[in-house]
This record gives sequence, structure tokens and C-alpha cells, in this order.
Amino acid sequence: MKGTVSWARTQRSSGTLPRQKSLLIRGGRVIDPRNQRDEVCDVLIEGQHIHKIAKDIKPTRQMEVLEAGRLVVAPGLIDIHVHLREPGQEEKETIATGTAAAAMGGFTAVACMPNTVPPLDNVSQIQYVMMKARSDGHVRVYPVGAITKGQDGVELTEIGAMVRAGCVAISDDGKPVANAKLFRRALEYAKTFGLPVVDHCEDPDLAKGGVMNEGKLAVLLGLKGIPRQAEYIMVARNIALCELTGGQLHLAHLSTKESVALVRDAKKRGLPVTAETCPHYFALTEEAVANYNANAKMNPPLRTEDDRQAILAGLADGTLEVVASDHAPHTPAQKAREFDFAPFGIIGLETTLGLVLTELVQKGVMTLSAALAALSDAPARVFHLPGGHLSPGAPADLTLIDLKARHTVNTFTSKSQNSPFIGRMLQGKAVATIVGGEVVMSRGKLLRKPTC
Amino acid sequence: MRLRHKDLLGLADLTPEEIDLILRTAGPLKKLFTRSIKKVPPLRGKTVALLFYEPSTRTRTSFELAAARLSADVLSLAVSSSSVQKGETLMDTALNLEAMKVDFMVVRHSVSGAPELLARGVRAHVVNAGDGNHEHPTQGLLDLFTIREKKKKIQGLTVAIIGDILHSRVARSNIWGLTKMGAKIRLCGPATLVPSEFRTAFGNQVEVTYNMKEALDGADVAYVLRLQLERQQENLFPSLREYHEFYGLDEKKLSWAKKDCLVMHPGPMNRGVEIASVVADGPQSVILDQVTNGIAVRMAVLYLLAGSSQAVPAPRAAERIAEREPS
Repeated sequence: MKGTVSWARTQRSSGTLPRQKSLLIRGGRVIDPRNQRDEVCDVLIEGQHIHKIAKDIKPTRQMEVLEAGRLVVAPGLIDIHVHLREPGQEEKETIATGTAAAAMGGFTAVACMPNTVPPLDNVSQIQYVMMKARSDGHVRVYPVGAITKGQDGVELTEIGAMVRAGCVAISDDGKPVANAKLFRRALEYAKTFGLPVVDHCEDPDLAKGGVMNEGKLAVLLGLKGIPRQAEYIMVARNIALCELTGGQLHLAHLSTKESVALVRDAKKRGLPVTAETCPHYFALTEEAVANYNANAKMNPPLRTEDDRQAILAGLADGTLEVVASDHAPHTPAQKAREFDFAPFGIIGLETTLGLVLTELVQKGVMTLSAALAALSDAPARVFHLPGGHLSPGAPADLTLIDLKARHTVNTFTSKSQNSPFIGRMLQGKAVATIVGGEVVMSRGKLLRKPTC
Repeated sequence: MRLRHKDLLGLADLTPEEIDLILRTAGPLKKLFTRSIKKVPPLRGKTVALLFYEPSTRTRTSFELAAARLSADVLSLAVSSSSVQKGETLMDTALNLEAMKVDFMVVRHSVSGAPELLARGVRAHVVNAGDGNHEHPTQGLLDLFTIREKKKKIQGLTVAIIGDILHSRVARSNIWGLTKMGAKIRLCGPATLVPSEFRTAFGNQVEVTYNMKEALDGADVAYVLRLQLERQQENLFPSLREYHEFYGLDEKKLSWAKKDCLVMHPGPMNRGVEIASVVADGPQSVILDQVTNGIAVRMAVLYLLAGSSQAVPAPRAAERIAEREPS
């Protein structure tokens, strides 16, 4: 069947693939940015790992065969900036629903931010997330621990113990670390464990009370603005502290022209700085909030067309190497409140790939391979995760993409529906998500049954 | 001519012709005030609900009188002390009122855009009675009415708006209304209260200056804004004394304007802060005329909205689902 996934032997609705099973993905356009591969060939998975990539691998009777003609076979997409809301805000999202949304969006792994209730600031909380992910998760989950206890910006968490429990990075996301000395210590101490420190760059005093980008439109709408300086002052500070300490710094969801320029310069100087942006910063501008649409209220706020162009340029030249969703679910009732009272954030797991393909690849900003690298190889490198490439021996995490599939953003698998992209036509979507050799999503259906 | 809007959310949305229609309609309504019976029947049988999420005496009273003089039933809700404290959202309150078949919702709210949120969700006519720092359209209209009444025109006048422009919904509605009707605006106050974005956000009829002499030089109207005294705590200016010295309208500063310059203020005033008593009560002051005219203008707004051609918003998702279900 052209352009679709079909099982040659048996169509399974649920259950797990026995570990010894072989899965042959046949005839797809295999794009593996890390290994600079872009060709039509077959991928053979043995158990949970990639065994071989070659042309015309002969299927045997033991193999299940997945026909991937006309599909792109990519390394499993990895989203390193996701809010799963569990524990504490399960009305918005859970590890089960969030990872289901991830699988639907083509992601095989997500890193979840620590601003849960209570925050992920100790071993028990990290273990809880790991345990829930094993039992309820549809894709891999990597917890990000808090930098400071309670995310209060005062005292470092037990970072080493959290790493041992499974934490892959630290961040006080949502509550930036205002104290420069403490952030310096975090960068220095995290170096001990080779751990990236992620910062939501925002000067809390400058941003205080703001709900959208500061500028002409905020003046017209009578809304309090967040100046762009609130972001890039902190980007500059963090880069300076990175230079001081040599710690690995990852800058989250950048939104301004100046931030991109600062990161570009830091990279030229060889500093260990990486940066991400999100689809909304290259697909939207502040105009999206012009009718007080709280579904476009986010932090950092949507900026101007100049900024959007700078973000596109940053993606094109690799300054911003990662695209992350900043998936931030909120209930419809919370988003239906007055603009000032509605919470910041939008969901993104199910729209990120489509927006990348539509806004970046189709419009010629990035090649398909570079775009897929920003969604797989780069995030894996930044957080030192397995996966993100298709080398033999690598985890068998793959995403099958139909570049021709046109679809209108409508409803979501996520528990929340707060997206400014509802109604937007996108071209290109994930049609299958494979995690550890197991097909967890095929043609819009979840196949894996969590163990509880 | 009819209004082409279901709601009155701001003067940004109105054409000069629509503004003119409201002002022309308010004229004869004001004449009613001189009669012994000040009531006419156009809104008989209609219900006007006043939802004031912020304390307000003058605007609420003005709307109450306007609705009563058009023979509407008036429902005045002290929302801040009831539903909100019980956790009810703005939309829930509005939907309950709609279920009681209220025809108008007049909303005062501390958050910009709150009336727009309501207008999208209810069939009733929504009138913005002041939202956050966004707009206060009926105040803008009554100011336009007063200026036109006194000066016989708006086109070509120079209006100095003085004070806390940044946080003023009155200033924004006046800027929209006055520039649409052909006046020139000068905004004046300390730079912390007059962001430079105002120079371009509203078009090229707006000047920004931090110097009162420049603002008032040859001005036809000096419009003084109320200063929120708590702004001092936010370090937007160092002291009330210094503010008064530089930006408080007193006799000396008023002398820089035209001799027949009108003095206006939306009230309530901080005497001795943004305006000196001698000016507030002086011969050039039309501050109490503004209050009288407010009722006429609000009557005109309610009257015209009741007859507006665009009556209903798109049905909400819940209704669309209900329509599909078998009865």
C-alpha cells in the first residue's frame, strides 16, 4: 500500500513485540543525519536494537515486515522540553496521556521538566516519574531535575543522587535562577556529572507582571509587556557564567533576535553552549494574541516578525540546533479565563513535526535532513541520550513520516487542547512511531498498551 | 444608519461615521434631562446587567441612570463580593446571566480584553465599561461629545492628554476617538508613564512630549488623567510633590494653552496632585459637564446597540454539539 504502513504478516492492535523478534522496515527513504545517510533502503531491527541498514534485505519467515514505500524513515524524534504535569496537575496531563501525545506526534522520547507539584527536586520524585513512565508510558521518558530545592532559587538540589536515579539534565524551568552566583555553582557542580544545565532565560524583575511581548501591540491592547531584554540579558549572563565555569549550558526556548546573536557569538568562541527554539517562535508572531487569544499566551511571549526571521536564520545556520515543543498543557477552563489570569503555555507534541515540515522544510529554511537532526540527533547529543541516530546497535527508536499527508490541526490525544494552531493546515506527519523495536503508534492509532 | 456591531468593546473598532452617529443620537437624549419626566420607552422589557468587577461609583451610576431613562430593567451585580469569591469564572457568571435572558451586559473589569472574551461567548450585547489598561469607550465618547458641544467641532483641534498614559484606558479610547475625528493629540507625562510606542501605535496624529509647556502650547483641550497614587510604590515617579510640580495642571501651566482651552478630567480627581483645585473648579473646567453628558452618551449606546443589525455571535461549540444530537 503506497504511503502507508502495512504489516505483511499480522496486524496487531496491542501487545508487545517479543524481544527476539525481527522487524524489517522495507523500502523507505532512510534519513539518518548523524551518519549522513539519505537513501532508499531497508532497516532491520533485531529485538530492541537496529541491526542493519542496507538495500534489499531479504525477509525471512521470522521477520515481521513493515512496508514503508514513499515514507521517510527517520531516527526517533526526541523532545527535550515537555511538561507532563504529573505529579500534581493530572487534570492537565499525565505521563500516560502526555507520552501518548508524544507517540502520536512521532516522538519516541521526551524529557520532562521539573515544575510539577511538588517539583522534581529529589531522588524520590525522579524515581516516581521513572516508575510511572515504565508502567504508563508510551514512549521513553527522561526526567529533568530541579536546580534548586523547591525551585526556590536558594539551595542546590542533590544533583548527583538525582542523576543516579535517572535525571538527564537540571533546570528550574518556569522559575529562572535569578541569583548569578547560584547559577554559577549549578554550572560548576553539574560538570561533575557531565550534566547539562537548562535555563529559561528571563530576568524575573523585568518580566514581572507581563503577559505578552512589550511593544506597540501591548500598548494598543492595554496588556503589560515582557521586554525582549528580560530574555537576552539572562542569555548574556548565562553565557558569561558558562565561560567562567566551562559547564554545559543549554538555553531553552529562545525567542528574540538578540538571543540568537549572543548564542551565535558564544559558539564561535567555542563555548559549550547549546540552544533550542520552539515551533511557535518560527511559525507565529505576537499578532496571534491580538484578539486576546489566551491559547497564544506563552512564556517567553511571541515576539515580532524581526525576531521570527532571526529565529529562522538561527535554525538555518545551526545556531539553534534543537527544536523542542515546550509542550505545556492547561485545561480549557484555565485558558478560557481573562487574558491576564490565563496560564502561560501551549501544547505542542502533536504539532511540532508538522510545523517543522511545513514552515521550515517546505519553505526552504532547512533541508529535510537538517530539520530531522534538530528533532533527533541534536537533542540526543545535548542531553547525552541514547538514540537520535540509526547506527547498528543503536536503540530501535524510529519515526516513519509521510511528507505528503495534509491535515488540519483539530483535536489532540493530549489531555489538553490549548493550541493556537487549531485550524491550521499542515503538510507532513508521523504515521508510525517505533520505540525499542516496538510499534507504539501506527496510522494515528496507539498500539502499545501500558502495563497498568 | 445602524451600528454594525453587536457589542461596544472599544473605539478602535468604530468608524468615524459610527462615532458621529452615537454623538448625534446623544444630543436629543440629553435634552430629555431638562424635562420633569426624564424617561422614554425604547428599552422597555429589556434587561441591562451591570457586572462591575472593579469598584466604580460614577460609571456604574451613569449606566444605571442611562438604562433606567430608556425604561430598561437594571440588574446591578456586585460581582467582586459574590461569585468570584466562590470561585466562579467570568464566563460562568455571564452564561448564568444569559440563561436569565439578560439583553445587555455592561462590564467593568481589571483585565484588558475581558469584555471581548464575554462578547465572543454570549448573545447579549456587551458594553465595555472599562477593561484594564485597554479601553473605556463610553468615557471616550462622552469626552468627544463634550468637546464637540463646547467647541462645535473636533476636526483640527489640539488635545493635550496629561499624566499616566501607560495605565490609562481613558487615554487609549480618547486617542482612538479623537484621532478618528481629526484631532491632534499630544501626550505628556514622565517617560515612565508615557512609553515611546505611543508615538506610532495609533497613527501619525499623536505626539509624545515630556515637557508640559510643549504639550500645552496652543492646546484647545487639556485632558488630565487620574494618577493612581500607588504608582509611586512601583517607582514610576519619586514623589507626589515632584509629580505635581512637573505635571500637575495649575493656573500657570494652563496659561500656556489657548485662552479658551477646556479643562477635562475623567474623575475622580486627586486635587493637588494631577490637578490644582483652582483649575478643576475654574471657568475653563467642563468636568461636571462630562458627567452629565455621560448619561446621554450611554443612553445613545444602549439605544443604538439594541437596534444594531449584527445581533448574534457564532454559536459556541457546546451548542453546535447539542444541535447535532437527536431531540
